[in-house]
Amino acid sequence: MASPVLVAKDYKPEVPSDWCPGCGDFGVLTALFQACADLQIQPHDLLVVSGIGCSSNLPGFIRSYGVHSIHGRALPFATGSKLANGAMTVVVTGGDGDGYGIGLNHFIQAMRRNINVTYIVMNNEIYGLTTGQVSPTSEPGMKTKTTPLGNLEGMLNPLALALASGCGYIARGFSGQPKHLVQLYKDGIQHPGFALIDVFSPCVTFNKHNSYTWFRERVYKLEEEDHEVGNFHAAMDKALEWGDRIPIGLVYRNPKPPPPLDVTDPALTGEPLVHQSYEIDGDTRRELIQEFA
Amino acid sequence: MSEPEVIVGIGGAAGDGTASAGNTLVLSLARQGIASYSYNAYQSVIRGGHSWLRIRFSAKKPLNHGDQVNALIALNQDSLDRHLQELQPGGIALYNGAKLAPSYDPPSKVQLCPLPIPDLAPDSTRLPVMQNTVAVGALTQLMGLSSGRLESVFEATFAKKPQVVQQNVKAARAGYEYASKNFNPLKTRLTPNDQTWAQASGNHLLAMGAALAGCKFYVAYPMSPATHVLEWFASHAQRLGICVRQVEDEISVVNMCIGANHMGVRGMCATSGGGFALMTEAIGMAGIMETPAVIINVMRAGPSTGVPTKTEQADLNQAFGASQGDFPRVVLAPTSMSDCFVTPSQAFNVADRFQLPVIILADLLLCEGSETVATEVLDVEFPIDRGELITKADGPPDGEPYLRYKNTPSGISTRAIPGLPGHLYVAASDEHDEDGVLLSDVYTDPIRRKKMVDKRVRKMSTILKHLPAPVLEGPADAETTLLGWGSTWGVIKEAAEQLNAAGDSVNHLHVKTLIPLHIDEITATLNRGQRIVIIENNQSGQFARHLRAETGIVAHGHVRKYDGEPFEPKHIVAGVKDVIGGQEVVEVISTEPGWRTDHPTGTSGAWDGLKAKKPSVPAKD
Repeated sequence: MASPVLVAKDYKPEVPSDWCPGCGDFGVLTALFQACADLQIQPHDLLVVSGIGCSSNLPGFIRSYGVHSIHGRALPFATGSKLANGAMTVVVTGGDGDGYGIGLNHFIQAMRRNINVTYIVMNNEIYGLTTGQVSPTSEPGMKTKTTPLGNLEGMLNPLALALASGCGYIARGFSGQPKHLVQLYKDGIQHPGFALIDVFSPCVTFNKHNSYTWFRERVYKLEEEDHEVGNFHAAMDKALEWGDRIPIGLVYRNPKPPPPLDVTDPALTGEPLVHQSYEIDGDTRRELIQEFA
Repeated sequence: MSEPEVIVGIGGAAGDGTASAGNTLVLSLARQGIASYSYNAYQSVIRGGHSWLRIRFSAKKPLNHGDQVNALIALNQDSLDRHLQELQPGGIALYNGAKLAPSYDPPSKVQLCPLPIPDLAPDSTRLPVMQNTVAVGALTQLMGLSSGRLESVFEATFAKKPQVVQQNVKAARAGYEYASKNFNPLKTRLTPNDQTWAQASGNHLLAMGAALAGCKFYVAYPMSPATHVLEWFASHAQRLGICVRQVEDEISVVNMCIGANHMGVRGMCATSGGGFALMTEAIGMAGIMETPAVIINVMRAGPSTGVPTKTEQADLNQAFGASQGDFPRVVLAPTSMSDCFVTPSQAFNVADRFQLPVIILADLLLCEGSETVATEVLDVEFPIDRGELITKADGPPDGEPYLRYKNTPSGISTRAIPGLPGHLYVAASDEHDEDGVLLSDVYTDPIRRKKMVDKRVRKMSTILKHLPAPVLEGPADAETTLLGWGSTWGVIKEAAEQLNAAGDSVNHLHVKTLIPLHIDEITATLNRGQRIVIIENNQSGQFARHLRAETGIVAHGHVRKYDGEPFEPKHIVAGVKDVIGGQEVVEVISTEPGWRTDHPTGTSGAWDGLKAKKPSVPAKD
């Protein structure tokens, strides 16, 4: 059965998104529609998994299978789902609080584990849904409702952390430049292993510091410079760059990516687990019993 | 038990090989039709300390590890000192006579059997574990059994190392022959027969039972006493085509498990109380997403780290209260090791049929202890009921929009596995409507919110008939009913038999399904005006409170134990007699010298079966 060609609006559901007007997450979402259309991913072959937060409402705003799980746990949920049905394209979405705060351990472990999912983090350097508290990626000195005298803690660097954790595809985008994002998504989804796309997605309501203007004045595209994406040390230099110039684009791609977990697990060499037989025949059963006799 | 029995105790330090000596003995006897039940009391050290394995042997399957010891194998001086005095008249003590000697006179009519280990097994200087083989050979002779089966066990255990087989056979024969010439055999005679037994722990039976019930995904974080479930799965994963993962913490474990179940496979995870505490938020997610999941809590003595190597039934409140909010769940407590084999299948079937989380409350006693199970009991095909599950589709059913959470009379909505055309939906931890669209972010929607809570809860109205009902054993019109739950079935059953034999009038009601409770059946049994005694392995009477909350029934007396060690029949017999005598709450305790650490050799306390009698505590429940 030949499927008709998919276009971006085929992923747009009847339910409208309820983010604040001007929210960076709109750009993240429309870029995802376009990336899925460009890759011709059937909506029923796509599973979008999120945690909790403004950005984690995204699965409700895209026509696909979706899971809106609990705070910080999108990656473990998605890992179980991908292992159970490796035929599906699994995209995980969430915010900096969800992924780099409460879910940080899972983020590191998922990269080490190299499960073949694409992780899009809408990084707005603030807790938005709880109306404006400091986040792990808030800049030092930043004043929020819970840091009235300014943030005393340091910033988590997701790109450097991802490099150190063995992530094979590391990119950063800016929701103010959605066309650029589309290419990062497409490459990330096609990367055979865990892919991180950290996206500057301004919170226009609660983060007056890291605004669209603030990012526009600083970001530059790595694709327009002489950056070696397969060079780990060059990538680390770019990951650490922060200040007047902030790089966006593909930071690192492992030139020899190891096969992902959903390929190396010995139970997953055949068809997806969910379609395998779960019956154990009588002879095997008696052999199992005999191990105890 | 009127059937002849021998209870063997093997004592040594961790690393001395008590477990392998016991295993060899159990398998060799199982191969001649003799059943057994093993309980190992150990401490949380990798080497050293003290480990005390008790194995009760009988041709009639023992249901607990019994009250006493008939034969002692002491692998070090500490074990000899601690346990010699526990031997019953007619009992025997085996030990390396070249290294050990009793520090005090043995109890009367106890035979000392020192074995000249260096003579019988010259290579024991290099391989101290050979003393275990000599002792096992000697004990086999003194039990009046042939050594052939013992040798067959060595052949199977060391199949790839013929030299080791020879070494062990030689040492066992030397022990066997020495015993026949120098010691008197035990008076008790076990009767070899044709029954075939498998010997397995509750952990292994949970794992194998789950695999045979269609479990395709198992994920865990190592935690005693549940780790052996993970090890069984890991060692069978490739052969059986089961995806088995060890991950970073129990939060990840349970979310992966639910994530896999969401896609349509049967997934399970196991942990102990501390890990289960980390899982609770996600269990509520499975409740509101209506995702089936099977979660095992192998209880150990708590709270917090508690006593990691000891047993308790004190996580009932935690299982009831796991996660915020109201949602349907099932809690099952297997009643024996054999029941551990069956329970995952029951759990998976109700989880799938009713689309909810099922919690299995096992405990250290069941899961690290082992028993023989008749092989024909294990060689069964479990019925697999996936419930209303769509696994194949080309488009929406009947051309209608698919509603994942359709409000039906039963509360059960047809579940489509993700990946099918025409069935797109979002499964959300937020409240949602029948189509999965969130209700949580609207201004308010009391009518639809109530509809969805009611829809989920309605599933519980028809679930009881799919769950094991309580079982009443003994005379229906008895004066006293002993009421227990979970792992205490076998020990309460034997205590009831002893009480009846002693002239009391007792029956035994045992509960496996804790949520929901079979209120009608329980009420019908308990409302005859008889004396009700609740027996549980915890301090506060968690089941007693549950029973009262669900049925209004207040028990007349309680027998409780929370010293880390499991009940033995004698504890229950004495406790119930005290309740009959008017005491309301009887707290029993294991007091044998072998359990004591308040003196270096464990020899200052005489074995008198004393239980601590505390003043009656006003029952809060």
